[in-house]
Amino acid sequence: MNLPEPFRLLVFLLGTMAFVGANAAYLVWVERKGAGRFQRRTGPTEVGYAGLLQPIADAIKLMSKQLILPPGVDATLFRLAPLLVLAPAMMCFATIPFSETLVPRNINVGLVMVFSFGSIHVMAIMLGGWASRNKYAIISAARIVSQNVAYEIPMLLVVITLLMVTGTMNLHEIVQQQAGGFWNWNFFRLAANPLMPVTFIIFYICMLAETNRAPFDMAEAESELVAGAFTEYAGMGFGVFFMAEYANVVIGCSLATVLFFGGWQSPIGVLPGLFWFLLKLYLLVFSVIWVRWTFPRTQFYGLLNLSWKILIPLSLFILLLTSAVMKLF
Amino acid sequence: MRFITLCVRTLAVSESNFISAAEHAGETFVLNLGPQHPATHGVLRVKLTMDGEYITRAEPVPGYIHRMHEKMGENRNYAQFLPNTSRIDYLSAMHYTHAFVGVVERAAKLEVPPRAEYIRVITSELNRISSHLVWFGAFLLDLGGFTPLLYAFDDREKILDLLEGITGSRLTYCYYRFGGVCNDIDDEFIRGTRAFLEEMRPRLKLYRELVTDNIILRKRLIDIGPISAELCRKYGATGPVIRGAGVPYDVRRSEPYSVYPELDFVVPTHAEGDCMARYLVRMEEMGQSLRIIEQALDRLPEGPVLGKAPKTVKLPPGDYCYAVEAARGRFMVRVISDGKEIPYRVKLRAPSFSNLSLFEEASQGMMLPDALAVMGSLDLVIPDIDR
Repeated sequence: MNLPEPFRLLVFLLGTMAFVGANAAYLVWVERKGAGRFQRRTGPTEVGYAGLLQPIADAIKLMSKQLILPPGVDATLFRLAPLLVLAPAMMCFATIPFSETLVPRNINVGLVMVFSFGSIHVMAIMLGGWASRNKYAIISAARIVSQNVAYEIPMLLVVITLLMVTGTMNLHEIVQQQAGGFWNWNFFRLAANPLMPVTFIIFYICMLAETNRAPFDMAEAESELVAGAFTEYAGMGFGVFFMAEYANVVIGCSLATVLFFGGWQSPIGVLPGLFWFLLKLYLLVFSVIWVRWTFPRTQFYGLLNLSWKILIPLSLFILLLTSAVMKLF
Repeated sequence: MRFITLCVRTLAVSESNFISAAEHAGETFVLNLGPQHPATHGVLRVKLTMDGEYITRAEPVPGYIHRMHEKMGENRNYAQFLPNTSRIDYLSAMHYTHAFVGVVERAAKLEVPPRAEYIRVITSELNRISSHLVWFGAFLLDLGGFTPLLYAFDDREKILDLLEGITGSRLTYCYYRFGGVCNDIDDEFIRGTRAFLEEMRPRLKLYRELVTDNIILRKRLIDIGPISAELCRKYGATGPVIRGAGVPYDVRRSEPYSVYPELDFVVPTHAEGDCMARYLVRMEEMGQSLRIIEQALDRLPEGPVLGKAPKTVKLPPGDYCYAVEAARGRFMVRVISDGKEIPYRVKLRAPSFSNLSLFEEASQGMMLPDALAVMGSLDLVIPDIDR
């Protein structure tokens, strides 16, 4: 995009916000439709064609509702938490390359930036749960912190493994390295890391856990903790948390696309890069939805055991294996 | 004096069992699970004393939906009380009506035509399957899996349609009458039931492959919440709970009623006593119910469906009991009659109440999600607890 700098900034700012907003709204629709199909029902059909206006109706409903501030809550933190959860999610999009030319900010430490901003939403949900002054919310806040600490480690170990293969943290360059046919994608780079598919599975599981999606939705756990950290939120306060969840899913999936599936690179060399990027992204998002409506929730300690006893040793082993392979061959 | 010492000592022992170190140190908090909570499936309140996410004490507080069914039974005549019985446990209405009809028939020595007995068995077993399907869906909902609920309700819908065709109602059936059943079943019902038997077997296989064999589900149920046979005896737990503890106690076999002795079925038991055992017992019971229905349809005799019964039933003075195997366990009606039109005393022994009462002891030291899995595996129906 060859625009003068202030315009470029404005365009990408608005573009990112619109992208997050549209995704949050229409992924809810996709999820409800998808869940309907998985469950032998139709999902929303009433508002608009095939229920396409349902997210807009929901947004209007949520915005017209009163923002209830329960007595005894920490008012500042209670109001701040929804903002803190959505703003960093939007920041992450600043470095994600959507296509060869469509990248808001091509910076060299893009990967680090995504991870540092991606971790803030944990703190925000914790603040929301803490400020709510509700016992279910407190339990949820405690859960989400230990869950995210546990899953950040294998995720970063996996990313380090990948960095050793790519040699750069610039997301744009990582994608460029994977040019020319799908066998060049990192997912298939078995010469550098023979366990690359396993690496991806670890990344995927950690992404589900980091974004609090089922089967790891410990923070919300509606049959145990009512709505967890969001129990006391009404109206758009809850709506913003909901949007942030989908924004985080989209970031997780775009990161997986960029790191493992060649970003905007076309597997067969036709059609523009943006199309391929979005196709891969939404296929991954669909798989996330699919997992949610198929599996029951894990136990909380089962979740931590999975991370500390399986994923972390496994990702450490993959790290060692990759460095050995790269040194020897 | 010795009695008082004994009481104090018993109290002291139970107290020391129930108070943990954290509770002594004042580091616990009280969490009110209910009366409105997604996992209690009704208005049950459980007062949890929590040490972090561990439960140190769980005190069920029933009574939010108490409707005085026993008292209602004592101020109206037998025919007027009959519809009440299907409202006690609305998910297994057939069994509950069966018990009340049974006690009156036993006391008044009414003859029930064989065709009516077979129809009762067929409808009771259909009702058992539909009740277990609701449990299956709700239990998976407690465990965080939403999809099985809608599949189970899809199957249940077929049963409700079948029963609606002959009884006129979809949930709180008042189909059994003193001396038989009120409507004969028609060819459409028989055809529909046979078709349902054909459809249900592959569905049970589907549930086994998709849900029972799921690794997350197995991790959540195996070795979670063991309930021993001793604990069941202590609190009077029956039904799938005691069969999940390895005791083959089934009223259909141990106190045979209706035409169950003529039918061939096994009582599924699992000795592990954990949530998985109770889960498997119920899943296998659905298969056994299908077998019972098939046999009953094959043997279905011709004849009347309603025997002779007086217009106003009066039981001879005495104390009468009748127990049935409801979907949740042993349901017993005890009627004490003084010879009038209105019973002197009606006692309803509901299985959910006894099954809930062991929850306090069974959930000691558990984490919240596991305790909810145990509660789900007890298959509580709150109106059945409160009556």
